[in-house]
Amino acid sequence: MPGKKKGSLDAYTVPTAPFRPGDDADFGGSWKEQPGDLSRPDPVTCEAPETHDHAHGLIRVLGDDDSASGEWNPELDAEVLIRGLEMMMRLRIFDDRMIKMQRTGKLSFYMRSLGEEAIAIAQTMALDDTDWIFPSYRQPGAQFVRGRDMVSMICHCIGNTEDNIRGRQMPVHYSWKEGYFISISSPVGTQFSQAVGVAMASAYKGDDQATITWLGDGTSAQGDYHYGLNFASVFKPPVILNVVNNQWAISTHRNLATGGENFAARGLAYNIPSLRVDGNDFLALYSVTKWARERARAGKGATHIEVYTYRAGGHSSSDDPSIYRPGDEFECWPGGDPVDRLKKHLISIGAWSEEKDAELSQKIDDEVMAAYKEACTYGDLANGPFPPASTIFTEVYESVPWHVQEQREELGK
Amino acid sequence: MTEMNMIQSLNSALDSLLEKDENVVIFGEDVGYFGGVFRVTSGLQEKHGLHRVFDAPLAEGGIAAIAFGMGLNGLRPVAEIQFADYIFPAYDQIVNEIAKLRHRSGGEFSTPVTIRTPAGGGIKGGHHHSQSPESQFTHTPGLKVVYCSNPKNAKGLLTSAIECNDPVIFFEPKRCYRGPFYGDPHNVPTWKGHEDGDVPEGYFSLPLEEARIVREGNDCTVIAWGTMVHVAQKGIEESGIDAELIDLQTLLPWDRDTIVNSVKKTGRCVIVHEAPKTSGFGAEMSASIQERCFWHLESPILRVTGWDTPFPHTTEWDYLPSPERIAEAIKKTQEA
Repeated sequence: MPGKKKGSLDAYTVPTAPFRPGDDADFGGSWKEQPGDLSRPDPVTCEAPETHDHAHGLIRVLGDDDSASGEWNPELDAEVLIRGLEMMMRLRIFDDRMIKMQRTGKLSFYMRSLGEEAIAIAQTMALDDTDWIFPSYRQPGAQFVRGRDMVSMICHCIGNTEDNIRGRQMPVHYSWKEGYFISISSPVGTQFSQAVGVAMASAYKGDDQATITWLGDGTSAQGDYHYGLNFASVFKPPVILNVVNNQWAISTHRNLATGGENFAARGLAYNIPSLRVDGNDFLALYSVTKWARERARAGKGATHIEVYTYRAGGHSSSDDPSIYRPGDEFECWPGGDPVDRLKKHLISIGAWSEEKDAELSQKIDDEVMAAYKEACTYGDLANGPFPPASTIFTEVYESVPWHVQEQREELGK
Repeated sequence: MTEMNMIQSLNSALDSLLEKDENVVIFGEDVGYFGGVFRVTSGLQEKHGLHRVFDAPLAEGGIAAIAFGMGLNGLRPVAEIQFADYIFPAYDQIVNEIAKLRHRSGGEFSTPVTIRTPAGGGIKGGHHHSQSPESQFTHTPGLKVVYCSNPKNAKGLLTSAIECNDPVIFFEPKRCYRGPFYGDPHNVPTWKGHEDGDVPEGYFSLPLEEARIVREGNDCTVIAWGTMVHVAQKGIEESGIDAELIDLQTLLPWDRDTIVNSVKKTGRCVIVHEAPKTSGFGAEMSASIQERCFWHLESPILRVTGWDTPFPHTTEWDYLPSPERIAEAIKKTQEA
């Protein structure tokens, strides 16, 4: 438009968040989607177009009255649910302890899973024990499911002499081969396309391992997300591709990751069956993952899942969310608190009680504290001891080449 | 021994490894049915099957990521990036991921990826089919960087690259696919009759990290890789100087001992590469050589390289190091 002022408001759209500090967050109170709204197609015969409604709706099992219903109800035994609850509680208590340690300088940095505990825990429980876990930084909970020792996890986070990755990466960048938990990388999204390659290798070898991976709504803007979807669409390996839409990428609202509202439906354009699931509903998460695993086992290829949730805490220990969003957003989130919801469900079916819950919470707290104390005996970031400096030079290559060896000798340690 | 050009010898290396190790898989753009735009993978899909030699979507970043994942999960992937100029969408996957996996995971995971890529100028390819980006990778701990120059070392080094448990970026000088190039675009011979066109059949490997003395001499050490090995050979002839020519072959980690021994003998050194001069691998070598050979040097170490400009189309012969420029540099080292 001739004569228009540079940078005027109609130049182009620059999205901003719907609510900022000082605003009242409003997500409409409760979900309009209800358990039972959506059918559960046969995972083995299902084609992408049949999941149109599942990609645009919201798969739920736990209702607002804490009951479980609908075709997606996995009808799990109470003891399985109690195990899930126990691990979610463990993750939350573990996170709290790590944040406290971070504040005292015993570790440099931390990322909590607050509000998203159900995701990796329910999804990993729905998998086989030898399926490959290819996480982003907010799925440490998978390690609890596979039985990783908390001392070992803390030793990594505080970078001490027992850190299995020898103090080479920032905290929460776990690697755990025994649990098929692949080393976490900081550049966001790289794991998503790599996971497709891992799954292709499984298919090539003819073993029955599937691969699961996650990235965030913000990261879905990366090329690796689209490489992953397209390669999975073309080669159809046994892979489960999750977008955790937790509304926020540090301070960047999800409306900068897409011009639309929906992430799940992107998978339909790649001809991959796509589901959108309440990420704070343990049962629904378990169920959709089981469904995707059945497709993988049957050789039907990838499933794309939008895990619809809310990041209750900061991105990491390094940011203060009160600077960029209202403080009450999580309380207003219709999905509620995933730990609380599963607990209430268990109480409603008579399998759990506040007393048992308090008792378990105390037990875990004691265990975490004991693990923390033991881990600190091997050193911490504030006080050392650290892995020896010689570890700078090892495992760069299979064996140490002359130039790296020479530099090690130059350092003299 | 069989007479082969470099395309045939690379094909032969891939064929023998597909035969030897069922974990070897090959993929990239157009490498399957068609056999690659330069025909390096010709016939391999038909012989070894669709799942072992296959076409990939046109996404270099995705190709590198798939290679990462396959290598992590027990396979030995050989990915082709059709031209080295197109490797940059894969740069993050190569530099941050493939190269670092072993170290960052405390040795729990590793991925023995080989990335083959045709590189270098002299084919009227303009800016985006001519670059030689080796120094973009020699600055990356965790990678090995190999640059072949003839049919024999192409086969032997590619075999070792694929069998190496560390990731390898393998550069193929596309100007030399069908014959050595001595700097004269009007007179391009084939590999027929060249001693390095005589290549062992079947499985054949040459060690990585070893340079090759192409021509012994006493008065100047000339170091080159890829196409420039042949151009430098011509340059030495034109100079009339008794120079020693060394084909570096592996750039990371490079064979410093062979180079240092030669420079100590000759007291003079010229490094030739077609990539731009600033921060080219010649700079690294020059610095290292003077650290070791300062008191043996009779004259400054010189570099003959591509210019610090984008690679041109019609004027590429003025961009690439020529035998004349190389001869001039060799003669200059004799003046001091």
